Amino acid sequence: MRSGRFLTTVVAPVVAIVIAFSIAGLVLLFADIDPLDAFKEMWKFGTTTDSLISTVNRSLPIYVSALAVAVGFKMGLFNIGVEGAYLLAALIAAWFGALFSVTPIVHIALILIVAMTVGAIWNGIAGLLKVTRGVHEVISTIMLNFIAFSLSAYLFKEYFIPESEGGGLSSATAAIPASGRIPSLNRILGAVGIEAGGIFELHGFLIIAVFLGIGYHYLVNKSRFGYDLRASGVNPAAAHVSGVNPKVMIMKTMLISGALAGLVGMSLLLGEYHQYPQDFRPGLGFTGIGVALLGRNHAVGIAFGAFLFGFLERSALILDFFDVPREIVTIMQGVILFTVVIVYEVISRYVAKRTVEAAARATAEEAGLVSSA
Amino acid sequence: MAQAPAIELSGITKRYPGVVANDNVALTVMPGEVHAVVGENGAGKSTLMKIIYGMVKPDTGTMAIDGKVVQFRSPKDAIDAGIGMVHQHFMLADNLTVLENVILGSEPRAGLEIDFRRASDRIAELGETYGLRLDPVLKVEYLAVGERQRVEIIKVLYRGARIVILDEPTAVLVPQEVDELFDSIRDLKSQGETVIFISHKLDEVLAIADKITVMRGGKTVGTTVPAQVNARQLAEMMIGSELPTPETRESTVTDKVLLNVMGISLASESGGKNLLTDISFKVHAGEIVGIAGIEGNGQSQLVDTLIGIKDETEGRIVLDGVDIHDRSVIDRRSGGIGLIPEDRQRQGLLLPSPIWENAALGHQNQRPYATGPWISKKGAKERTVEIIRRFGVMAPTVDVPATALSGGNQQKLVVGRELIADPVVLIAAQPTRGIDIGAQAAVWEELKDARASGMGILLLSADLEELIGLSDTIHVIFEGRLVAELDPSEVTPEALGTYMTGAAQETAP
Repeated sequence: MRSGRFLTTVVAPVVAIVIAFSIAGLVLLFADIDPLDAFKEMWKFGTTTDSLISTVNRSLPIYVSALAVAVGFKMGLFNIGVEGAYLLAALIAAWFGALFSVTPIVHIALILIVAMTVGAIWNGIAGLLKVTRGVHEVISTIMLNFIAFSLSAYLFKEYFIPESEGGGLSSATAAIPASGRIPSLNRILGAVGIEAGGIFELHGFLIIAVFLGIGYHYLVNKSRFGYDLRASGVNPAAAHVSGVNPKVMIMKTMLISGALAGLVGMSLLLGEYHQYPQDFRPGLGFTGIGVALLGRNHAVGIAFGAFLFGFLERSALILDFFDVPREIVTIMQGVILFTVVIVYEVISRYVAKRTVEAAARATAEEAGLVSSA
Repeated sequence: MAQAPAIELSGITKRYPGVVANDNVALTVMPGEVHAVVGENGAGKSTLMKIIYGMVKPDTGTMAIDGKVVQFRSPKDAIDAGIGMVHQHFMLADNLTVLENVILGSEPRAGLEIDFRRASDRIAELGETYGLRLDPVLKVEYLAVGERQRVEIIKVLYRGARIVILDEPTAVLVPQEVDELFDSIRDLKSQGETVIFISHKLDEVLAIADKITVMRGGKTVGTTVPAQVNARQLAEMMIGSELPTPETRESTVTDKVLLNVMGISLASESGGKNLLTDISFKVHAGEIVGIAGIEGNGQSQLVDTLIGIKDETEGRIVLDGVDIHDRSVIDRRSGGIGLIPEDRQRQGLLLPSPIWENAALGHQNQRPYATGPWISKKGAKERTVEIIRRFGVMAPTVDVPATALSGGNQQKLVVGRELIADPVVLIAAQPTRGIDIGAQAAVWEELKDARASGMGILLLSADLEELIGLSDTIHVIFEGRLVAELDPSEVTPEALGTYMTGAAQETAP
């Protein structure tokens, strides 16, 4: 069974990525661009120290977003609402964080708690609708996204932007004071001998993300709660008779997913922007869905997926210099997701078939019934 | 003139991992014949029908329709060849009308639109010809079970079926509906249709069939006509003489009441009739209490209410002296109610998950499966190995997914995980359904041992031999009520059958 696991966890994504690069290469060929050249430039540019720091920074929100989605996936809930939740949470957390200044750790913690609470409440609405009215979470979270976009635009304009010194309106919320900012890790990088070029600062949120990943892994795979969660995902009826209350489970999962969603924007807010600009980076919630899929809902798999997506985004920047449309990377991300789903399905069917046959053989031998099988 | 058989199967063999579902099966069905295929659960009837309907490909053997050898790749091929199947579990869309359900997938068209008029005429015509009267504009959700079955039959006729397979058609019907179904079958026959009737209810088979083929252990053991056999002889053919009997040994019933169900009722969620009405019974230590009844008379609801999935509207449930009627499912399970669910795959197993996770199901908050808030993988695996050893589950390791086990071994796993937890009361719903005879005997032995050790067992089964053989007391459930309490040492399956149809009501002295 070991080789089966190897096939599904390692071979599937690798095959998918190879296929994705091939297809992107074909697209480039059609555009009269040498794909090998383009990929080589991307690699060269993407693997500089500065680019790698940028890649990690880019992958942080994607990682948290994918964890938020994955928690839902594990019990068969499709939370599309991470997108709306993180934008709303980031806005309210930005406003809240700028209101006061206290001891650094406390200030950061309070901001994170507010963000998690907003996210949990927002996605909790979808959970509540599902358990009380039977509304499917895909429908409700899509709608909640739209409401969140409009609500944040409204809050932003009406309440959260300070008047700038010139008397006009600024395009961002007030800045969070230094005590509420997460320091960068460049000094630590320097201490271990990695010379960061200085343009990019490695987000300190990385440490929080690592803990979130570990926490996710233990919660989902090691705890009783995680067992109930996974059982509900695999077979809700069996989970129910085994004592898992499906309604409570849906609520808890949506709240956890939402709380994680609330943290998606925090690396950007507390590590980079220090305020909520009108064009706060959108789309992270949707990217998270894809990366959760790519990473098979596994804390480490998702980390690889997030890093890959971050890497592609970062290294794509070089393509502009060669008159290659940067959108080629978007195509690649799409194709990776597409192929990983297909390849995974094909391989897991093969593995399942092999497992069943092996089990049948083993039991037949054990029983001395080889003749009947 | 010698007519070619409507269906002729020879040498059909189908193996599944660890089990031969069909072993060199032969079957000849003549046109215009009502041909019954009988056999116990697990005898291979369903596999055979799936082969005829193109859902399963046989490993070896040939099949001929009207004298021509055919090879079906999918049910579509079978439908094209004029074969229709009415499944035991209806496949209808509740929120569509009868008409829409019938034409679903083969809609007659007028240009780009569906020609409802033509469809409706055709359905009326079919209803006329075969005596299957239905209002085509009614939504299926408002239909009774028997009427839904009629929709399914019309559906296959509408697709031009000349050979109709009915898979356990009476399992879900009340007696009057069975009579109506039989009238329809006679109409089908008089119109020259061929009917294959799958059943394990011998009286019905004798009443309706022209020919009867008996299956046992994946083999066809013989074909006969109703005039030449009686129910007893058929049963012997079905069971074979080597079958272990479920009979329990000497009584171990004590005075200690472990489960006391006092007047529970369950209202229907959609309004309408109560699903359960005023159910009362006791299970003592060392006692097996059997619940007999035709499927769909409230057995599932009774189990759901006892374990707390459904909230009874009235009454109380006392487990070992503790009133549990407002406890949650998990509290009841950890408080000592074990459950072997009636459908192990739907309610009892996490098929893609490893066996050790399946062993923990329902006990995931208890030692050795858990320590504090964490799942103990080590404890769970050790316990699983113990279950595998003690209950003879044939599994290579505890890490293979449950789906890799055969049906019998899956069931032994479920039975084992419940018994090893040593519950106060075990609810065993259809504990031997669909498993082979060896596994069946093993489960019976385990239940008997558990009874002897003082466990209280509530046994719900469609297998009357099993009920009569194992139980110390039998209650009959009919339309959500307990209508009779019988002594299994005195009652025959035939007598039990009359109570189950609601024809008689009585309480044992």
